[in-house]
Amino acid sequence: MTAVPTRAPLVSPLTASSRRAVHTAAALAILAVLLFPLYWMLNIALQPGESLAATRWLPTSGGWDNFQRALSSQGGSLVTSLVVALGAVVVCLLLAAPASYALAQFRLRGGRAMVFATLITQMVPGIVIANALYSAYVDLGLVNSLLGLILADASLGLPFAIVLLRAFMVSIPGEVVEAALVDGANRFTAFVRIVLPMSRNALITAGLFTFLFAWSDFVFALTLNTTDDVKPITLSMYEYIGAHVSDWGAVMATAVVSAVPAAILLVVAQKYVAAGITGGSVK
Amino acid sequence: MTTTVTTAAAPAPAGHPAPDTAARRRRRATLLRWCFVAPAALYLLAFFGYPLVRNILMSFQHYTPHTFFTGESPFNGLDNWRAVFRNPLFVDSLGHTLVFTVGSLLGQFVLGLALAVFFSRRFPLSGVVRAVLLLPWLVPMVVSAVVWRKLLDQESGVINTLLMDLHLTSSAVPWLSSPDLALLAAILVNIWIGIPFNMVILYGGLQEIPRELREAAALDGAGAWRTFRSVTLPLLRPVVTVVLILGFMSTVKILDLILALTGGGPADSTQTLGTVTYQLSFQQLDFGQGAVVGNVLVLVSAVFAVLYLRANRSDFGQGK
Repeated sequence: MTAVPTRAPLVSPLTASSRRAVHTAAALAILAVLLFPLYWMLNIALQPGESLAATRWLPTSGGWDNFQRALSSQGGSLVTSLVVALGAVVVCLLLAAPASYALAQFRLRGGRAMVFATLITQMVPGIVIANALYSAYVDLGLVNSLLGLILADASLGLPFAIVLLRAFMVSIPGEVVEAALVDGANRFTAFVRIVLPMSRNALITAGLFTFLFAWSDFVFALTLNTTDDVKPITLSMYEYIGAHVSDWGAVMATAVVSAVPAAILLVVAQKYVAAGITGGSVK
Repeated sequence: MTTTVTTAAAPAPAGHPAPDTAARRRRRATLLRWCFVAPAALYLLAFFGYPLVRNILMSFQHYTPHTFFTGESPFNGLDNWRAVFRNPLFVDSLGHTLVFTVGSLLGQFVLGLALAVFFSRRFPLSGVVRAVLLLPWLVPMVVSAVVWRKLLDQESGVINTLLMDLHLTSSAVPWLSSPDLALLAAILVNIWIGIPFNMVILYGGLQEIPRELREAAALDGAGAWRTFRSVTLPLLRPVVTVVLILGFMSTVKILDLILALTGGGPADSTQTLGTVTYQLSFQQLDFGQGAVVGNVLVLVSAVFAVLYLRANRSDFGQGK
């Protein structure tokens, strides 16, 4: 019974598992520290208004007023943001999907140059684009228009979508499309019926990121709109803190609502997000 | 592949007409291929190419608030460039941009790397926590700026409450209202925003390093720090390069964070190239001078874009 083990294990199983527990505890502590600002946003949003003097550490009931005030004053902007972001996703995917396919699968003269240009565009500062775009928009009558903002915001996601989709479509075997061509389909129908369904996950990822970029856009919202006709939530909140800094409850309630797409993205597409960041390498 | 079909179907010995139709078909195929790319290419030209070229032209044109009614913006040679370079605000903003960018990068990178190393150990909940940590990076920057504006508020901000409760400071720190501290505050907030991005990419890089290499170093008697410095870090270098270059390019152009956090103030202490471009063009309506600062910003980014493409080609293009 007292067979002594030939070699004592370096780490006994007990300490290994307790070390793992310590790691988990440390990870949760890191999480708590780094996410504290977002917790505080939620906390203030859930406190009843006018409790400026001392914010409690835990949300008390009665904070729904803040959300009501936020929605009644900024509900319109939330709808604007939603329309603009969805529009940008549509424009972006319509442009990016065929281009990515061609760049991945066809041997195109100038194809390499275009991939190169796509990488470069990710480095152009938004304010520089806005500077030139504004005067062009004045001439084209696109200032203060939903279409104008949708088109501009699509530029935030397009290079990213092309890089991401192209990386995916490179791995589609050529034979799959060839088979459809033999069956009488043309290049375009083969693309729509075969390539697009195969790329569903990549399209969803690109679409989600484009939505998030457009939803988060501030520079174009600020510069391409001179009236209140088209006012996305980022711009609305920026103007709101300029005018009513005292009503932090409502400001934070708006902040919570405008952070919802980010949270949804994280939950719905969790496994694609990290891949998207490294694959697209933007922002 | 279509060409082989064509030549097989064509009357083989005739010779002349076959290559002609083959060439025409090939041309049609090429045209069709370009139909896939053309819309995106045109869009990129309109929304990136045109602004870049137009900004260069605009920087030599005279814009006034009247320009948008009269349509007149005569060329004025180097006047805008001279005016901008003589403007002390431009020189200051250049310095602030540099401090903001380098400070942010250092903080983001060091903390991001520390977290990446920490999370590459195996323990329960590691994946979930890592995913949730991305949230600060995904939340719109304006939203983060507004939240931090409240956190850092001198009178009612929880940061000062905490610091004073812990007796780390005796009085409330004027984070955003003191010209000496505002840039530091902006850097701290931007570090918070950028940590997840650094963590994710560096974590990915760490996963690529074969575990055996580190274990071998440990068997040879190297301590954790020694292993990290002599084995992990050198192997991680390509990823480090990419992360720093990408970080530089995205940080140098930041506008939303600063506008919503400090508005460039107090006393212009947080003005950067981005905010000055905005101010010159869209507040003073001098788009010519705005274009000059914008071009400087593009030039700074371009230097790093070249570095990025170099690093990207040799190191980051792992098969993709």
